[in-house]
Amino acid sequence: MNPVDSPGIRFAFASDMKAKIIITPKKAVLDPQGKTVQNALAQMGYPGIGAVHVGKYLEIEVTGDAEVVRKQIDEACHKFLSNPVIEDYKLEIE
Amino acid sequence: MNFAVLQFPASNCDQDALHVLRNVLGHSARFVWHKETSLGDADAVIVPGGFSYGDYLRCGAIARFSPVMQAVQAFAANGGPVLGICNGFQVLCEAGLLPGALIRNRSLQFRCEHIFLKTITTNSPFANRIPEGKLLRVPIAHGEGCYFADEETLRLMKVGNQILWRYVDAAGEVTDAANPNGSLENIAGVCNAFRNVAGLMPHPERASEGLLGSADGRLIFESLIHALETKTIAKAA
Repeated sequence: MNPVDSPGIRFAFASDMKAKIIITPKKAVLDPQGKTVQNALAQMGYPGIGAVHVGKYLEIEVTGDAEVVRKQIDEACHKFLSNPVIEDYKLEIE
Repeated sequence: MNFAVLQFPASNCDQDALHVLRNVLGHSARFVWHKETSLGDADAVIVPGGFSYGDYLRCGAIARFSPVMQAVQAFAANGGPVLGICNGFQVLCEAGLLPGALIRNRSLQFRCEHIFLKTITTNSPFANRIPEGKLLRVPIAHGEGCYFADEETLRLMKVGNQILWRYVDAAGEVTDAANPNGSLENIAGVCNAFRNVAGLMPHPERASEGLLGSADGRLIFESLIHALETKTIAKAA
């Protein structure tokens, strides 16, 4: 069989994307992890260390129409992947 | 009364809650698995403590989308009483049934100790039997119990008298030293605007028998039972 005719490979040719999501604590929210890492960096002797914020990074492999995918993942970020009460997120799709 | 005690994968205070309701207080209680879509004939729902779904993503974030939580949303919308304890509190906040959120303890430590709670208002189905001025000595056991709400939310909660419990010292004073996790204004428990949904980080179910060193937690369950029996809170249709 011609590899291009194989369903698996043809599927892979459809617009496979990667959603990259960075979630960080909101400015107004206490970030004890960030503070602790900041203190440790200063203690290790690194000069000029300012505020540290510890967040999360997610990668999601996703297939479909680019515009629909962006809309869906953005909704998921708002509803589920981040908590808007305490977190901000940045979404990139490539 | 009939209590539904929810069970998620990695709930671990479900047995304690059921034990208190059934064996200590003599009411009917049953477990409701997270995949169930109905609460049956429940008069009230307990969302117990634990580490639902491994606390992955955020505490309570995944449990909040489980099938049983859709039933809890409907139950609460109909006025049915729902009490979230520890992880259950986190689940109810994630679900939007309670205001605010619970984040990592200020100390970054998992805190497991007895604390004192001051009841801010007894005007709630979860506090109506607590004597005026009585401090509750109950345990906490959490790593993510630091209560946070933005300024506007906090203002509205105060207007609505929705702060139910604060962490205090043995003299009943709200002090920073008595705050075990960095919670905003020492908040330990809150309710929603309609007062039928409440959550708290401490564990009343672990302090409901003298044998366990304190029976103060019973007052919270007895309040709920009193509210149901006197019909000051409606059973959800």
